[in-house]
Amino acid sequence: MSAPEQLPDHDHGLLRFLTCGSVDDGKSTLIGRLLFDTKTILVDTLSAIEKTSAKRGMSAVDLSLLTDGLQAEREQGITIDVAYRYFSTGTRKYIIADAPGHEQYTRNMVTAASTANLAIILIDARKGMLTQTRRHSYLASLVGIPHLLVAVNKMDLVDYDQATFERIRADYLAFAAKLGIGDVRFIPLSALNGDMIVDRGERLAWYDGPTLLEILESAPAAHTEQAEDFRFPVQFVCRPQDSSNPELHDYRGFMGRVESGEVAVGDPVTVLPSGARSRIKTIELGGAKLARAIHEQSVTLLLEDEIDISRGDLIVKSSEAAEPVKEIDAIVCWLAEAPLSTARTYLVRHTTREVKAKVARIDYRLDVNTLAQEPASVLTMNDIARVTLKLAQPIVADAYRSNRATGAFIVIDESTNNTVGAGMIA
Amino acid sequence: MSTLTRQTLSHLDWLEAEAIHIMREVAGQCSNPVLLFSGGKDSICMLRLAEKAFRPGRFPFPLMHIDTGHNYREVTDFRDKRAAELGERLIVRSVEDSMARGTVVLKHPGESRNKHQSVTLLEAIEEFGFNACIGGARRDEEKARAKERIMSFRDEFGQWDPKNQRPELWNLYNARSHKGENIRAFPISNWTELDVWQYIQREELELPSIYFAHVRPVVRKGDLLQPVTELTPARPDDKIEDMRVRFRTVGDITCTAPVESDADTVAKILLETASTTITERGATRMDDQTSEASMEQRKKEGYF
Ligand SMILES: Nc1nc2c(ncn2[C@@H]2O[C@H](COP(=O)(O)OP(=O)(O)OP(=O)(O)O)[C@@H](O)[C@H]2O)c(=O)[nH]1
Ligand SMILES: [Mg+2]
Repeated sequence: MSAPEQLPDHDHGLLRFLTCGSVDDGKSTLIGRLLFDTKTILVDTLSAIEKTSAKRGMSAVDLSLLTDGLQAEREQGITIDVAYRYFSTGTRKYIIADAPGHEQYTRNMVTAASTANLAIILIDARKGMLTQTRRHSYLASLVGIPHLLVAVNKMDLVDYDQATFERIRADYLAFAAKLGIGDVRFIPLSALNGDMIVDRGERLAWYDGPTLLEILESAPAAHTEQAEDFRFPVQFVCRPQDSSNPELHDYRGFMGRVESGEVAVGDPVTVLPSGARSRIKTIELGGAKLARAIHEQSVTLLLEDEIDISRGDLIVKSSEAAEPVKEIDAIVCWLAEAPLSTARTYLVRHTTREVKAKVARIDYRLDVNTLAQEPASVLTMNDIARVTLKLAQPIVADAYRSNRATGAFIVIDESTNNTVGAGMIA
Repeated sequence: MSTLTRQTLSHLDWLEAEAIHIMREVAGQCSNPVLLFSGGKDSICMLRLAEKAFRPGRFPFPLMHIDTGHNYREVTDFRDKRAAELGERLIVRSVEDSMARGTVVLKHPGESRNKHQSVTLLEAIEEFGFNACIGGARRDEEKARAKERIMSFRDEFGQWDPKNQRPELWNLYNARSHKGENIRAFPISNWTELDVWQYIQREELELPSIYFAHVRPVVRKGDLLQPVTELTPARPDDKIEDMRVRFRTVGDITCTAPVESDADTVAKILLETASTTITERGATRMDDQTSEASMEQRKKEGYF
């Protein structure tokens, strides 16, 4: 093995993005190309997919095999579930989620979208916008992905024609305006030939914007640039009772992750839903004491006063309080084969809290093509609807658009323990 | 509200925070979890993450190793030493015991015991009633792993159903299971081999000696180097070479190959890892190369 002189010492953090769009628009091929052109694919992986491509009688290497790792996917040439792939440019680490295009697997696309900061929506230049393009765009904006990048792919099959690209752009912008999507950019490319992904290629000279990789390198990594309220759901309470160390005798550490905002030693805090108040005494991370904790950091908080706190409670700054509620309005994506039943009781997991819930009413179901709101009495798989939920115990919630962590929940069917719905509080 | 450039975590801090969060979710949601600890580099990182997640308290789970009986002494000694230093309970269950019970039957005495670990694992899960196993598998290791959820559901036969995984949204993990079923939780899913080495360097983690370059007799088998050991003796026509090698992954002796290397420090290994041209398992695992889908198949049968 040979070695470079040294590793880059600066770190621009991490960007998570997904590829989505309709069936066969080239999502998996695009990721394969991105990995190939950034030299992320190692020799043995490449030779393995070369062999597989040859076995299937293909003349060129099928780059989609890089992410379509399941036997069933390779047999059918489609993506069924999300594949996660990683690459690093030396300055930034990327986590890529390759989502399936088939409508049947929409729930897997929602899984991929929920953690992404940027979505690449592929459109086949020959076909233009399709129902799945609209559905995925809607879902991407619904889960609050702040940056959308529309990639008009297979430009090689339309002779790299600029007018085709412009027409699709105009169609998309008309749709995006209805959704209220703000940050959307467009790029023409050929995933198969590698035009405008890492290299510009020669056939798209009329396009003077950045390449796909350049866009990724400069995209903001955070979901929002806005200051957010501090939200700390307690995951676990640490009481080292059996310890022989007398200093630990009264130790009560509240363990969790800063889901939004930040907190500093001395800050007045309120514990919800009880409403008990105290101040931050210490912030710990692996034995080290920190002056403050920021967004996404997993830490342990110790408070000045002894108050009763357990898993499921939420610690907030007293100046940024939130209200416990027992009824919520939310947009729900139904993810299960068994339809949603308003007669049944479900389990809602919100932050680290689980409560029983019933759907009091389905306000409307959304037609993703027209964005029309239709009346509905039942929801089936992949339906998106606005519902009202009644909860057995209160949760401390924010609207999803102002706080993703305290605005999101999942619905669990207790008979199977399956995750059957994803909800965003209105 | 004011607009500001928000402070964000470095990629390594972010990965660490995510892993700690996942471990705490397992502890918060599951009544009887276990952490799988082999003494390998990924599980050594897992122990450091568990310390960061739960100290000054004890770990809310024991450690467990499924021993094929064909592991390097350096690694099993390290495993025992590390568990003792941490003062945490270590359970070892052995494939040889399953063979004695007749639940593992080898096709021939020389067959690798690696894939049979699934049987012993499932037996241990049943023996202790574990409802979650925390493992150090990473999605960058293998194409089937790249598809797996962070909290991955296994039915009462330990089977993974890749075509029907639970949706996993945001960081709202669903680790619920009924009696007899269990969850495999993978806190370092999003780490790459390079991330692991960077973390080892930053945290100054001690590792078994065979991860560092050392001289060892090997035989070339295709692209792989097979170590000459009691279990894998050289055949009469083999050419034995004393080569400077290190292990990128340590597993069952019969199916884990070292790579040629001069890297005898973590810093040198990091540089090699950053410039490698072969995947971790590609360079080292004889068991993955038998068929295109061997990992997926093993996972469907209850493997880690
Ligand atoms: N000519 C041409 N073909 C392409 C291009 N990109 C992808 N393809 C082909 O389109 C077909 C589908 O590509 P995939 O990458 O599997 O599509 P996908 O969007 O991932 O499909 P699903 O995940 O199943 O929805 C394959 O035959 C690709 O080789 C392109 O830029 N030009
Ligand atoms: Mg695909």
